[in-house]
Amino acid sequence: MSFFSNLFTKKNSAPVAKDRLQILLAHERSSRNSNSDLLQKLQKEIMEVIQKHISIDQEKIQIKVDRGNDFSTLEIDIEVPQQENIT
Amino acid sequence: MAKVIVVTSGKGGVGKTTSTAAIGAALAQTGQSVVVIDFDVGLRNLDLVMGAERRVVFDFVNVIQGEAALSQALIKDKRVENLYILAASQTRDKDALTEDGVEKVITELKEKFDWIICDSPAGIERGAKMAMHFADEAIIITNPEVSSVRDSDRIIGILDSTTDKAQKGEKIPKHLLITRYAASRASRGDMLNTDDILEILSIPLIGIIPESEDVLKASNLGSPITLSSPNSAAARAYTEAVKRLQGDKIEVTVPTDKKGFFNWLLGRNGS
Repeated sequence: MSFFSNLFTKKNSAPVAKDRLQILLAHERSSRNSNSDLLQKLQKEIMEVIQKHISIDQEKIQIKVDRGNDFSTLEIDIEVPQQENIT
Repeated sequence: MAKVIVVTSGKGGVGKTTSTAAIGAALAQTGQSVVVIDFDVGLRNLDLVMGAERRVVFDFVNVIQGEAALSQALIKDKRVENLYILAASQTRDKDALTEDGVEKVITELKEKFDWIICDSPAGIERGAKMAMHFADEAIIITNPEVSSVRDSDRIIGILDSTTDKAQKGEKIPKHLLITRYAASRASRGDMLNTDDILEILSIPLIGIIPESEDVLKASNLGSPITLSSPNSAAARAYTEAVKRLQGDKIEVTVPTDKKGFFNWLLGRNGS
């Protein structure tokens, strides 16, 4: 980074590193202590409920997790097959 | 009363072996008797960093398996009195480190030495678990880098749950040693600074080793830095860390190399 760009842009990477670590480690520590991450538990149970009703093709499911400081999101996207495939 | 110290980090390449050599030598330089043990079975390097690579006849695994006596496997350092090395095996696999075997050797070493410094391999597998298992205290080596801080946090969790002390319900005292620290980059905000790391890991700081060419020079020479260039900033930082390990209350600072005016003008690092 040149002297001038250093002078005019105040984008430091260390605060970003610190924030990312604090969020990540908060989750890793809680899952270490309770031995199960809430999001993973939810994901597992939701899948079990769905499997009761639909035979699921694993490739038709998209699972996204975004862990944040204040809240996390769990997004499960399931492609529901045609009516005749429902058991 | 002998003290068993594990030098660990989780992540590789952060300076465990270099620090083990420097800390072991610095302790011996204060007149204490010290043995440094390499737990990295299969990938030994402490012997090389200590300059004893051509003198290894028997190793840690030979002793565990009863193929050699402990006194035969201990290599005496040629530079400092009361400093010994116990090398790791290069040919065996890590399963050779049995809990009973390690305990037997450490118990025997406790009768002969004031300090037993265990150099842990990277990772969280058997070698690393065995290195920390019988430790009284731990030194956690961390670089100011996200991956290293994360792995240190993981190691702290393992120290608090799987070690002999933890299983007996005791807390294992932990000390943070930050290595490869560049004060100028940290003050510019481009490197995690000491306060950031302390806030995240929340274990007491035992020292800050500045990023320095002298550290590589020392391992090139096969000499702990506290012996090869005792006046360098890095060596002074290790010497102070060792005083803190021995219970001295000294404020932690980042030692710096004195820069000559011309070097400063040219932006060179003094050495």
